[in-house]
Amino acid sequence: MNNSAKHISRRRFLQGAGGLVVAASPFGAPFVIAQPAPIRVGLMLPYTGTFAALGNAITNAFKLHVEEKGGSLGGRRIEYVVVDDESEPSKAVENANRLVMRDKVDVLVGTVHSGVQMGMAKVSRDSGVLSIIPNAGADAATGALCAPNIFRTSFSNWQSIHPLGKAMMERGHKTAIFITWKYAAGEEMMASFREGYEKTGGKLVKELLLPFPQVEFQALLTEIASLKPDAVACFFAGGGAVKFTKDYEAAGLKGKIPLYGNGFLTEGTLQAQGSSAQGLLTTLHYADGLDVARDRTFRLAYAKTYKQQPDVYAVQGYDAAQLLAAGLEKVKGDLRAKTDIIRAMEQATIDSPRGKWSMSKAHNPVQDIYLRQVVGEQNKSIAVAWKALSDPARGCRITAA
Amino acid sequence: MDAATFLIQVLNGVQYGMLLFLVASGLTLIFGIMGIINLAHGSFYMIGAYLAFSLSSLADNFWLALVGGVALAALLGAALEALFIKRLYQRDHLDQVLLTYGLILVFEELRSLAWGDDVHGVKIPEILAFSIPLTETLSYQAYRIAMSAACLAIAFALYWLIQHTRLGMKIRAGAENRSMVQSLGIDIGLLYRLVFALGVALAAFAGMLAAPVSSVFPGMGAQVLIVSFVVVVIGGLGSVKGALIAALAIGLVDTFGKVLLPQVAGMAVYLLMAAVLLWRPQGLYGKA
Repeated sequence: MNNSAKHISRRRFLQGAGGLVVAASPFGAPFVIAQPAPIRVGLMLPYTGTFAALGNAITNAFKLHVEEKGGSLGGRRIEYVVVDDESEPSKAVENANRLVMRDKVDVLVGTVHSGVQMGMAKVSRDSGVLSIIPNAGADAATGALCAPNIFRTSFSNWQSIHPLGKAMMERGHKTAIFITWKYAAGEEMMASFREGYEKTGGKLVKELLLPFPQVEFQALLTEIASLKPDAVACFFAGGGAVKFTKDYEAAGLKGKIPLYGNGFLTEGTLQAQGSSAQGLLTTLHYADGLDVARDRTFRLAYAKTYKQQPDVYAVQGYDAAQLLAAGLEKVKGDLRAKTDIIRAMEQATIDSPRGKWSMSKAHNPVQDIYLRQVVGEQNKSIAVAWKALSDPARGCRITAA
Repeated sequence: MDAATFLIQVLNGVQYGMLLFLVASGLTLIFGIMGIINLAHGSFYMIGAYLAFSLSSLADNFWLALVGGVALAALLGAALEALFIKRLYQRDHLDQVLLTYGLILVFEELRSLAWGDDVHGVKIPEILAFSIPLTETLSYQAYRIAMSAACLAIAFALYWLIQHTRLGMKIRAGAENRSMVQSLGIDIGLLYRLVFALGVALAAFAGMLAAPVSSVFPGMGAQVLIVSFVVVVIGGLGSVKGALIAALAIGLVDTFGKVLLPQVAGMAVYLLMAAVLLWRPQGLYGKA
C-alpha cells in the first residue's frame, strides 16, 4: 500500500516535471531555432594523475582558440563533453565508446598517453568519428593504425628524436650510448635515434634500458662511465627526467660525457632540474624564443587568460582547435559533408605558434624540428635541426583523399 | 666488467638496498607487527617528500625541515590511527585494503590541491653537496653515502627498540596476543597508536631523505609501495633484521640484473621473491 503510493507520487512528480519542461520550452525555442545545434566536441584527456598538467594545458589552449573565434567554428557553437581518461589504457575503449555512442560527440579530441591512444584509435576507426590527437606520439597512430578520420597535431615519437643523431655528429660525437625506459615509447624513440645516428655515420655502442617507470639509474650510470662513449642520448620525461639529469650531474658525468635528448627531457621541469639541465641540447617541434609572430600573440593571450605560461602541450591543443576550425569553416559547419571536412583539414596550413606546418598524407604534422639549448629556465631555440620533417608513416595505407 | 666497475656496482647495490630498507622499515612495523595491510604506505613516503620540499624552502634549512617533517608525520599517523585504523584490528584484510586504498586516493588528491602536479626539486644540504671521485669519469655523491649511513643508523635503532627495550617487548607481546597483553593492564590501544605513528614517521622520513636525489613528483609513492611489500615479504613479517637483509639482496639483484640481464631486469626482483618463498614460505626471518 505504502509502496504503491510512493510509486504513484513519483510518477506524478515525473509527469509534473515533464510538464514544466514543456511549459518552459516556448521561452527557449526562439534561441534554438535561430541557431543550428551546437557541435559536440568530446575532450578525452588526463585530468588526474601524472599527466594532469598536460591534459589541462591542452584543454585550456583548445578553448582559447575557440573563444578567439567567438565560441563557434564554421558558424556553429562548440559544446564540450569532458572525460578524464586517467591515462589508464584499460579504460580507454570504454571511455571513448561512451563519448561516441552515448554522448554522441561529433569530434573526439584526445589524448596524452600512447597506450590510451591505441584504445581510442580502435574506437575512432570503428565508428569513423572525426578524431584529433593533441599529444600521444605513438608511431602507429599515424602509421599502421592510420585512418582517414584520424589526425594528429603534435608529433610522432620517430619525428621528435630522429634529427638528434645528425646534430650530435655535427658536434663530433662519433660513438654514443642511448638510455631510456623499456616500454613502447622508449623503444620507438630508441629505434628512431639509432636510425638517424647510424645514417650519418655514428656508432651506437650500447642501448641501456630500465623497467618503466623505475628511476634507480645508478647502475646504468656506472656502465656509461666505464664504457666512455663520446656522448649519451636519452629519452625521459617528467619526474624521471628530473631525476636522470640530476643523477647524471651528481655522478660527475655531465662535464665529461655530453648528454643529449629529445625535448621532453627538459620540458616543464627546468625549475626542478636546476643546474643539472643547464646547457643541455635537445630536439623538439617547439622552443622558447622563436621568431614567430603567432607565437608572441599566442603566449600573450594564453598568459592573460590562464595566468600562466603556455608550453608545448598547450601549442598542440591550440593547433587541434585550429585544425578543426579549418575543416568546419570550409563547409560552414555542415557535419554531413565529412569528406570535404577531411579534405580541408588535409590541405590546411596551420599558422601555429611553433611556425607554419601542414599535414602529411598519413595526417601527422610536417614540421620543423628545433635544436634547443637550456639557458636559465628556457629551452632556447638555437637552430632548426631539421626543416619540414615528415614521419615515414610506416605501415600506413591511406593516400591523399 | 673490470674489478673497479664491479666494486662500484656492488656499492650501487648496497646503497640502493639501504634506501629500500629505510622505505620499507615503516611497513615492517605496520604490516609485520600490527598486521595491518597498509597500502597507503607509499602516500606517507610521498607526503614526506613534499614536506621536505615545502619546509626546506620555508625554513631555509634542510635539517630543521627534517625534524619538523618527521614530527608532523608522526602526528598525522597518530590521528589516522585514532580516526580510522583502530577500527580495523578486528576486521579482515579486505577491509584494511579498502580503507588504505581509499587513503591513497584522498592523499593523492590533497597533494594535487596543495602542491599542484609539477615536478619540484629539493636542494641537497650545503655540507653534503659535493662528490667523491671514484674513477676518472665517475664520482659518487656524498649525500648518497650519508643516506646509507642514516639508513644503517635507523636499522640499528629499530632493532634495539624492538628487541631490547621494555616498549619493544610490549609491542612484540601485543603482536603475539592482543587480548592477553590487554588483560595484563597494558594500554594496547596507546601502544598501537605509537607503532602506527612511528611507521608513518619512518615512511615520511624516507621520503624526506630521498627528496633531494629523487625530486618530488605526483605518483612517487606508488613506485615505492610494491617494492616495499616485496622487502617485507622476503624478510619475513615483522622482522627488522629480515627486512634489512632482504632490502640489500634486492638492491644487489636489481643492480646486477639491470647491467647483466637488461631484458629481464624488471622481473629479477620478483624472481628473487618467488625463489625465497619456495624455499621459506614464511620469509627469511619470519616465524613459521
